[in-house]
Amino acid sequence: MTMILSRRAILAAGALLAAPTPLRAQGAMRLLVIGGGFGGASAASFARRSYPDVQVTLVEPQRAFVTCPYGNLLLGGERQISQITHSYDGLRARGVTLVHDRAAGIDAAAKTVRLAGGQTLAYDRLILSPGIALRWGAIEGYDQAAADVMPHAWIPADGAQTLLLRRQLEAMPDGGVVGLAIPGNPFRCPPGPYERISMIAHYLKRHKPRSKIIALDAKEGFSKQGLFQDGWRALYGDMIEWVPGNRDGKVVKIDVAERVLETEFGTRHKVDVANVIPPQSAAALAAETGLVNDSGWVPVNTRTFEARAAQGIHVIGDANIPGPMPKSGYVANTTAKQAVASAVALHRGQTPPEAVYFNTCYSHVGENYGISVVGIFRPNADGTAITEVPNSGGVSPRGDLPEQRRAEAIYADAWYDSITRSMFG
Amino acid sequence: MRPNALRGSILALALAALPMAARAQAPLAAEGCLGCHGPDGRGVTGAGAINGRDRAELIAIMLAFRANERPGTIMGRIARGYTEAEIAAVAEHFSRIR
Repeated sequence: MTMILSRRAILAAGALLAAPTPLRAQGAMRLLVIGGGFGGASAASFARRSYPDVQVTLVEPQRAFVTCPYGNLLLGGERQISQITHSYDGLRARGVTLVHDRAAGIDAAAKTVRLAGGQTLAYDRLILSPGIALRWGAIEGYDQAAADVMPHAWIPADGAQTLLLRRQLEAMPDGGVVGLAIPGNPFRCPPGPYERISMIAHYLKRHKPRSKIIALDAKEGFSKQGLFQDGWRALYGDMIEWVPGNRDGKVVKIDVAERVLETEFGTRHKVDVANVIPPQSAAALAAETGLVNDSGWVPVNTRTFEARAAQGIHVIGDANIPGPMPKSGYVANTTAKQAVASAVALHRGQTPPEAVYFNTCYSHVGENYGISVVGIFRPNADGTAITEVPNSGGVSPRGDLPEQRRAEAIYADAWYDSITRSMFG
Repeated sequence: MRPNALRGSILALALAALPMAARAQAPLAAEGCLGCHGPDGRGVTGAGAINGRDRAELIAIMLAFRANERPGTIMGRIARGYTEAEIAAVAEHFSRIR
């Protein structure tokens, strides 16, 4: 409230000191945000904090948000679902209008969004943060029904998929085999599958130490690979077998009844618990609006995050293809702010701000054992691409560094606490 | 007299409100810090507070991280991504938040 009053005082002072400006003639800018995850919640919160004179509406079907980050710690037995579930009450208290409904269609020309419940919302600028869709059928035999037996646990929704995988791990006998199918790039959270392997191993080591994990990967390398593999050897011995794509690691077929993951060259891996992370694309709404290209993701302006295919629609979060930036929660958060600042500037006929994007992504490998990757990114001079700032960022140092690992595990918790507060507080 | 008095009081009001305005218009480079150091850089358990510290001190710390002259786990990697102008703007911003 104090901030709003102060802001008004500034506006009033400005209006009186300079020539009279028809500040109110245009009416308040209507910023509509679709999707209440890392991108959308960050956008709505930032917009209210930075532009108290802008009306912010957030459309999100769910009443609470379960984070992808720290879902792996739930699998490891280190977190409960309530600790990774966040309500929208903080955003409501900040002055965001919450509409708990599903966006059914966007009319970019008319600047309206049709909701499944029948309502139509008009906007001046749209921040679209729709997330990902799982490409059902990209792996033969893996459809929505299969996910009830072999969970993906990659779109948390209400948490059911993550909880299902946890229950299966708990029910598995000691000596069982956990199989993972990991997709090719790009996908949500590049280090996520490997943190997941680590946290499942963390659980098994304590409770079912004769068990094994086989990770079948479509890729030949992965994010923070050396650090992860160092940690696996040090903490879990030979419990984890990672099979890269060039050693027949690519899963192409699923046999749900037999609990078999079948690879490109016909090797059938029988497992007790299967976690299938299928290939992904931008969520259906982005495709239906005509925003995606052949890759299945949304190309965007590197500075404003406006979709290349539609003016006035800024696409943030995992649905876009932001050059070398990973599909991470932090990137969704940082680009949300740039997109909102750009949307407001463009609505006011001003130049969008210079852009600098930031990512820190932590992974837990074991107890008191965290690793990270940092990236700072900027659009290039002509705005055609985003590039990483040379000589910056990078991964944690390798080697036997227990204090570094311990500190980064603590920083990871600080990151989770801070970023969720910045989204929902 | 009256318009001048009014103008003076409005100016005073505007100046009094300046720190808030600065907060509302934080440089976007400073927003990157909040993802770990908490709202307004006030710190959370595990990530120290960076608000309300002397501007020159904050700049010196960041430059030392950037030059690998200050031990750190990840701040060196971060500081090397920002320009001196951005570091100055970020330091100015957090130094004003009490």
